[in-house]
Amino acid sequence: MTGPAEEADIVLRLDGITKRFGALTANGDVSLDLSRGEILALLGENGAGKTTLMNILFGHYVADEGRVLVNGGGDALVELEPGSPHAALEAGIGMVHQHFTLAENLSALDNILLGTERLAALASSRAPARRKLEELMARSGLTVSLDTRISQLSVGEKQRVEILKALYRDARVLVLDEPTAVLTPQESETLFETLKKLAGDGLGIIFISHKLAEVIASSHRVAVLRGGRKVADLATAECDQRKLAELMVGHEIVETVRTPGSPGASLFVLKNVSAGDGRDALHSVDLDLKSGEILGIAGVSGNGQTTLARVISGLGAPTSGTAELEGTALRHTSARTMIDNGLARIPEDRHHDGIVGAMNVTENLAIETIRKPENQRFGLLRFAAMREKARQLIKAYDIRCQSEDSPARLLSGGNIQKIVLARTLEAEPKVVLAAQPSRGLDVGATYDVHQRLLAARARGAGVILISEDLDELMRLSDRIAVIHRGHLSAAEPTESLDRGTLGLRMAGHGGEEAA
Amino acid sequence: MIRFEPRGPVPVSRMLAVSVAAALAALMLAAIPMAFAGLSVFEAYGLMAKGAFGSLFAFTEMLTRATPLILTGLAAAVAFKAKLWNIGAEGQLYAGALAAVAVGTGLVSGPAYVLIPLVVLAGALAGGLVMLGPTLLKTRLGVDEVVTTLLLNFVILLFVQMMLEGPMQDPMGMGWPQSEPILDEAALPKLMARMRIHWGLIVALVAALGVWFLLKRTVWGFEIRAVGENAAAARHAGIPVTATFIRVGLLSGALAGLAGVGEVAGLKGYLTADLSPGFGYSGIVVAMLAGLSPVGVVLAALFIASIFVGADSMSRATGVSNYLADLIVAMALISVLVSGLFLRFKVRFVGGPAAKEAAE
Repeated sequence: MTGPAEEADIVLRLDGITKRFGALTANGDVSLDLSRGEILALLGENGAGKTTLMNILFGHYVADEGRVLVNGGGDALVELEPGSPHAALEAGIGMVHQHFTLAENLSALDNILLGTERLAALASSRAPARRKLEELMARSGLTVSLDTRISQLSVGEKQRVEILKALYRDARVLVLDEPTAVLTPQESETLFETLKKLAGDGLGIIFISHKLAEVIASSHRVAVLRGGRKVADLATAECDQRKLAELMVGHEIVETVRTPGSPGASLFVLKNVSAGDGRDALHSVDLDLKSGEILGIAGVSGNGQTTLARVISGLGAPTSGTAELEGTALRHTSARTMIDNGLARIPEDRHHDGIVGAMNVTENLAIETIRKPENQRFGLLRFAAMREKARQLIKAYDIRCQSEDSPARLLSGGNIQKIVLARTLEAEPKVVLAAQPSRGLDVGATYDVHQRLLAARARGAGVILISEDLDELMRLSDRIAVIHRGHLSAAEPTESLDRGTLGLRMAGHGGEEAA
Repeated sequence: MIRFEPRGPVPVSRMLAVSVAAALAALMLAAIPMAFAGLSVFEAYGLMAKGAFGSLFAFTEMLTRATPLILTGLAAAVAFKAKLWNIGAEGQLYAGALAAVAVGTGLVSGPAYVLIPLVVLAGALAGGLVMLGPTLLKTRLGVDEVVTTLLLNFVILLFVQMMLEGPMQDPMGMGWPQSEPILDEAALPKLMARMRIHWGLIVALVAALGVWFLLKRTVWGFEIRAVGENAAAARHAGIPVTATFIRVGLLSGALAGLAGVGEVAGLKGYLTADLSPGFGYSGIVVAMLAGLSPVGVVLAALFIASIFVGADSMSRATGVSNYLADLIVAMALISVLVSGLFLRFKVRFVGGPAAKEAAE
């Protein structure tokens, strides 16, 4: 798969694609070839233009300049009708979006068939479709239960349905937009094994990513986008993580380094806390956070992390057990008590719980302190003061936005996270709860988040870091506890742990329950 | 082929332009059935315009009709802003009217400067309390407020009928189901001699200003907007979501109650069960036409009132049914909802190569 591809092998060619949104050039003269059986990683930071490029390819957007050429089955490349997802599908391009496009109340089979047949023909086409799909599943290893409703499938299974949907339509090119953003490490590994198998059968694959490890491990070739332009296009074998990171960011990368801390007295304590019900319930959890430390909580998604974060955030009262801050029991559990007691909360789903998208940056920065005297007097908002504070925070936290009046929903994920960081950390909280703080963020933004958490630790705050990313946990945490099926193990110093042990405990093997 | 591309933030001028275009589109669409009814379209619209703006009397009649629509429109707008779906302004209007009559027909006596505020407060309070029930059911038990507020309309209307045929019936009313007349000292004064226009209009305009100020400038307004746009994030940020819903519910109900006060204490003088020709429901249309903006509510209420008053007048002159007014209002609503699409998306026509060139 290395070396320049033969012209005849090319299944897809982007030729000088340029797309502007107002003053912003999302893509500038991007050209790209994809060959049969090749896995191409499209790498870039948030806002580098990856998704725009793929949306042009799939016909969601029309390019201002340039052409998309596809191999229509013969030898020659033909131009794809711009702006038509239908034409893209016809030409054998399948796309798996980051947010799935499945009807939750239909079965997997019906979702796959949807749009391929006229409605009247749907009933009669099920049996042959099922045969074709079963053969596809056997060949590719993408197994899903075809008759199960989408709403009952896990995220990984939903993604498999999406891929099957593309394969069922005889896709020759498969595009995946950040396919691992929603997957557990195990699910990601399975996905890439499948993709390799599919590429072996001749499928051309493009996956969008900003995770360097998976790009190195799973692609044949890497194209790096930065600021809408292609800055590199090289064989994966020729590069390493560091080189790719620098190409992506455009300058040298400083790795996050944790110097040994000096943990102090107990700061925030959970005693025997149970909460929630079902799969995500917590059972008799004990936790003892010291000041000046980062306590990592490792676990596979869906083992009670969300409930733990909700309890600490003040969004759900525990059914039993107590929470203490500096030795005093927190009787009342509401978001307001937590904020007023100096607990900063960085929510797991920043779009859903972190910001009000329709309100502007100023308002989102002030929302937690809107009733404090600095933001209101006699119930009237102090706009000038709020604005001034916002401008200051935008500068201090490097929030990239047009102005403090821009609606927050227009910002990228990394900048939305900076809004959350700015408003929660600015008040110098005693305790910081960071739930999946770097999920979906690019290298630069992740680095920024880590530095902020380390800075909080350095001034004596205690940080609870809930993450599914073991590298992040091992790099940042002083101690790590593992959560599995709602039980939290006793925290142990990071230096005494390795990835293997943690992985086993995350899967529920070994390790004593909290003592 | 037509393609839609998302737009960024929309300037106010474009929003206004699209709203006006939607109103014009509605008038053009309604012209089709008018032509079928055998009317000359220009003549008919001319008659309508004359009926709503043609004389001082016509103009004040139009403003009188707009008065309750402004208030019920505000009631819907402020509730919808918080995504509290109050469909019960009609019932709250009647509750307000009932309370105004209860207080204003002799329960207390005193000079006008005591009685009028009392009547107004009683009506607002009654409307607010009616909305409190569905709001509490929503926040405590998760009961859908669309259902409860809608059904309460019928409950309240039947209750009003019961009162009017029973304890509150006017003994001098010769058996008609109507209340005693409101005392002169409790009635809202007229704004102009020999016209029906009354102080309710001033109340409505002040209310619109007040709601605008509340939403834009105050902490409570901030919290209402945050809860409406993203309740989960608002709760996470420590905003009292339940208290906000209750505040909004009380305010929304009170505004609808004020509409009822205006109709009995400003216009009719006594309460009957046909006090409102659906002002509560029209308020929803007003709020939607206005894009939930309080200032827009005033404009939309004037628009709808002039259609209604104009259509009445035209119908008298031509003999064509005044249902035409409902038709125009419905067309306006559809046009505005469609125009929302044009605000959010840029529309491009992609056809043959020539069209493609033009689109570039």
